[in-house]
Amino acid sequence: MDLFIKIAAFAPLVSFLVILTCYKWLSKTLTAVVACLGVFTSFVCACAIFYDQYTNPHTAVVSVYEWISSGTFSSLFNFLIDRLTAVFLMFITGVGFLIHLFSVGYMWEDDGFRRFFSYLNLFTFFMLVLVMSDSFLITFIGWEGVGFCSFMLISFYFKEMKNNDAAKKAFVMNRIGDFGFLMAMCLLFVNVGSLEYHELFMGEKLPVLQQLSPGLLSLIAGCLVLGAVGKSAQIPLFTWLPDAMAAPTPVSALIHAATMVTAGIYLIARTHSLFELTPGISMLVVTIGTATSLIGAAIGLLQTDIKKVLAYSTVSQLGLMFMALGLGAYTAAIFHVVTHAFFKALLFLGSGSVIHAMSGEQDIRRMGGLRKHLPITYRTFLIGSLAISGIPPLAGFFSKDQILASAMESAPIFFVLGLGVSLMTAFYMFRLVFLTFFGEFRGTEDQRHHLHESPAIMTIPLIILAALSIVGGWVGIPHAVAHAAGIHGSIDAFLAPVLGTFELNASLGSELLTMSFTTLLIIAVIYYAYQLYVKNRVRPVRDTEELTGASRLVAGRFFIDEFYKNYIVRANDKFAELLEKVVEGRLLDGLVNNVGVAVNSVSGQLRKIQSGQLEHYLVVFVLAVAALIAILI
Amino acid sequence: MLILPILIIPLVTAILTYFSGKNAKYVSLAGSLLNLAYVLFLLYHYNTNGQETLTFSMPWIPQLGANFNLMLDGISLMLTILSSIVMPMVLYASFNRDYPDRHVLYALMMLMDFAMAGSFIAADGFLFYVFWEIALIPIYFICLKWGGEGRQRVTLKFFLYTMVGSLFMLFSFIYLYQHTADHSFALQSLYEAGRALPVTQQGLVFAGIFLAFAIKMPIFPLHTWQPETYYIAPTPGAMLLSGIMLKMATYGIIRWLIPIVPQGVGEYGIWAVGFAVVSILYASFISIVQKDYKRLIAFASIAHVGLIAAGILSANVQGVQGGLVEMLSHGINTVGLFFVYDIIVTRTGTSDMDRLGGIRDIDPRLGFMFLIIVLSVVALPFTNGFVGEFLLIIGLFQYHQILGALAGISIILGVVYMFRSFQKMMLGEVKDEAVLYKKQTRQETLLLLVVCVLIVGFGVYPKPILAISEKSVMELLQGLKF
Repeated sequence: MDLFIKIAAFAPLVSFLVILTCYKWLSKTLTAVVACLGVFTSFVCACAIFYDQYTNPHTAVVSVYEWISSGTFSSLFNFLIDRLTAVFLMFITGVGFLIHLFSVGYMWEDDGFRRFFSYLNLFTFFMLVLVMSDSFLITFIGWEGVGFCSFMLISFYFKEMKNNDAAKKAFVMNRIGDFGFLMAMCLLFVNVGSLEYHELFMGEKLPVLQQLSPGLLSLIAGCLVLGAVGKSAQIPLFTWLPDAMAAPTPVSALIHAATMVTAGIYLIARTHSLFELTPGISMLVVTIGTATSLIGAAIGLLQTDIKKVLAYSTVSQLGLMFMALGLGAYTAAIFHVVTHAFFKALLFLGSGSVIHAMSGEQDIRRMGGLRKHLPITYRTFLIGSLAISGIPPLAGFFSKDQILASAMESAPIFFVLGLGVSLMTAFYMFRLVFLTFFGEFRGTEDQRHHLHESPAIMTIPLIILAALSIVGGWVGIPHAVAHAAGIHGSIDAFLAPVLGTFELNASLGSELLTMSFTTLLIIAVIYYAYQLYVKNRVRPVRDTEELTGASRLVAGRFFIDEFYKNYIVRANDKFAELLEKVVEGRLLDGLVNNVGVAVNSVSGQLRKIQSGQLEHYLVVFVLAVAALIAILI
Repeated sequence: MLILPILIIPLVTAILTYFSGKNAKYVSLAGSLLNLAYVLFLLYHYNTNGQETLTFSMPWIPQLGANFNLMLDGISLMLTILSSIVMPMVLYASFNRDYPDRHVLYALMMLMDFAMAGSFIAADGFLFYVFWEIALIPIYFICLKWGGEGRQRVTLKFFLYTMVGSLFMLFSFIYLYQHTADHSFALQSLYEAGRALPVTQQGLVFAGIFLAFAIKMPIFPLHTWQPETYYIAPTPGAMLLSGIMLKMATYGIIRWLIPIVPQGVGEYGIWAVGFAVVSILYASFISIVQKDYKRLIAFASIAHVGLIAAGILSANVQGVQGGLVEMLSHGINTVGLFFVYDIIVTRTGTSDMDRLGGIRDIDPRLGFMFLIIVLSVVALPFTNGFVGEFLLIIGLFQYHQILGALAGISIILGVVYMFRSFQKMMLGEVKDEAVLYKKQTRQETLLLLVVCVLIVGFGVYPKPILAISEKSVMELLQGLKF
């Protein structure tokens, strides 16, 4: 099994290196084969690992080599494989492979075809390192690595400065989070003396960790939260994710929806023992998550760019996962990560198919009526939308229900807010569906002429993902229902050895009641959207028309970006300029040069002493000797 | 005896180079490669002989108590490796550039290599001082003769500034010398003399020696000579200054400061670390608003050296080892950064980042390799820059958590200024002067490729590098009372 684990991690790296070194000799087809094969190999190994874990839950530590060692500090490049890792491996490689396939079709005409696949492979490698590593430091390799790949892919079309700015923004905001990660590592090393998960959370260092003062524990957990917030695009560091949509659409599906942005969730789940010791920080996580998911969903309501709607939706869904983590419902969060990977990847790829057909158009105000032209895309997109909205029996329903049930259990206020998010989600998703696929076509004649369904290599991944979006949730039948029906082997039970269990005490009756209540509300919202956008043909306003009041605030994305740009970035620049002009220019250099001038003038005076007359020297000599003697005596 | 060729090879090469006229570049390159081969042999010898310290001793100026003592332990070996790796790269980097009187230039560079190598293996205070000062002379002339506009004023300032600093070091050494039992400048005698001093006196000696090092590195607020000097210096001069020469100071802290006055460092070191951390943040902020790429590298260098100094002064294994690794990484990366500057400037005539853009589009290879260097500068894991910086921050954090956290902020600021420069010069539409850019030559590609391979190689597998100095650093720190 060790060999499978190593192959799973390194196969995409090998593909990357092959493409990097042999790009001159590789044809497009061959590049695609190499790239997809690497990820597919990983997927096969992941299946083996998963099966192994399924039959026999255990924690395996596989050592690769010693990376950094200095005195008492030693960092081993080890893999830690347990059921949590197995779950992540499955969907990273599985969804990753499908997105690779899709990309072959999507990027075929692009000049940067090879470049694109090399980045994508490198990304997959780092993502696997992130979830497979046994220590904070090795996770950090993956953590920074995926951030870098994301940077490269956002600025994939680097001729446009807008994309480059978005890429830099993403990297800087990620780095702010990474700073937190780094500090957490420093604190752990100094106070506990280890960075390895199996030692810290399962082994000999656990008692040391538990005996740290609550303040210190909170500080460590808080630093980790900062890291997670940066990577998973939560308040206040979420504004990079919508801008990251400058990347080619398959990247948005893989990196900015299904995998990389869930790294923060993974980190907190992996270190959940720490968060269980710090209820204050867990509360902070709930608050951040809830606020982010509300704001993200609200902004999503008025966006007109198909990818931006999905981006804010991702922000909002990640917020829900954070909420679950903070509540201690770790399994629910991971469950939602998985189902979200299915349907959000599906939705993004679907939007890619739409954009492909529309010759690059992303504005939903210029779409409409596409279901006739893109039947497969339409159907799969519809399935994805139903899934994310939480319509039973699709995947999103089960995972979202588990989060909401956990919220109901711990604090009903979060249930209410979570429900609000769900309703908004249903609304913006179906607004998107109706405006894109229903009604009359609103684009140009050229675009209409060009409309076509995507080739099979793009639609097959869509169909598979759609299937997964339907059945993917069935591994997590609601607790009470499963209990009543006598079903075991749910995702809860699967992850319990790693993440523990979240006690849900709701009776069958009350659970069924809340489920049907929420579902009815969601259907009502969808019906309302239908009335609005299909029956009454309401269209979003054009850019030129002024919005007022609350809608202006929401459409302007609460002006958070503007706030950052005008105050924080600007203040930073001003401060730097001030240092450059005043301190560096006038104060320091002025001072040094003045010393030079002063020395010059003093030496000018001193020169007069050197008169060349012997008597003068003699006088000075005698006086000096006298003075010396006086001092010595 | 094994140790002597480290000095002899560069010195002989310098002389041969001077007399070899047109072939100067080949002679000097051959000499430096021979030196590299010899150092690698020494490394092999060192590792296969239980990492035993090599020494050499010979009376020199008995009246002064100065001996020609040399010593090569793991710490010195790291620095020797640094200079022997960087030197051929610097020479090769200037191969296809037009410099008048090349034989003089190359001879001076080799002479400087000789002096710097000497300062890394000297085990006598006076000898160290002499090498320290000799190193200054060639670089002064390199900057003065081959430098850019305003070189007279700038080089004078540079020369005076560092001279004043060295004087404080000399005073401190003489003061220690007077307290030695056997009136000797030998390393061990100075160690014993220094450690026997009361804390206040140790503090004074600490201040004197640190001042010399702080100017050389440089550290805020004593850095004002540096950006100007780097700016006017010809590319090989800038590479030498930043790649190797400043490491004389950071190495000096390890060998000639911490073990001499440990209690002084323990008592007053916090001030030095404080200034080093201010230096990191200050230089990082200033880097953000630089318009010229070369000045940006200059300030970025201040930021990195500040971290090295802070980590080393933390006086724990991680800090010192991190410092040593980062010195090596910084040397390699600096050559890369300045070489990219050189490549761009020789073609377009400007290093003003606002007038450049889109170079990656013309020359994807340069864009890719420059990116790898940038990644190392911002300390991305799996680059050599990360190994050093991470250990430094861990070391500093153990010493003082708040200062450690402040130094950690530099990983954010570093991205801001380095990616900004990458973006401005490499990305976007090809504009203004960038139009003049022509693809890099084979020679240029080869050198950058070496830099990139070293960056990734040391980053992925740093263990052999760390293993060189681990034992020596532990021995050095053992038994020091702070």
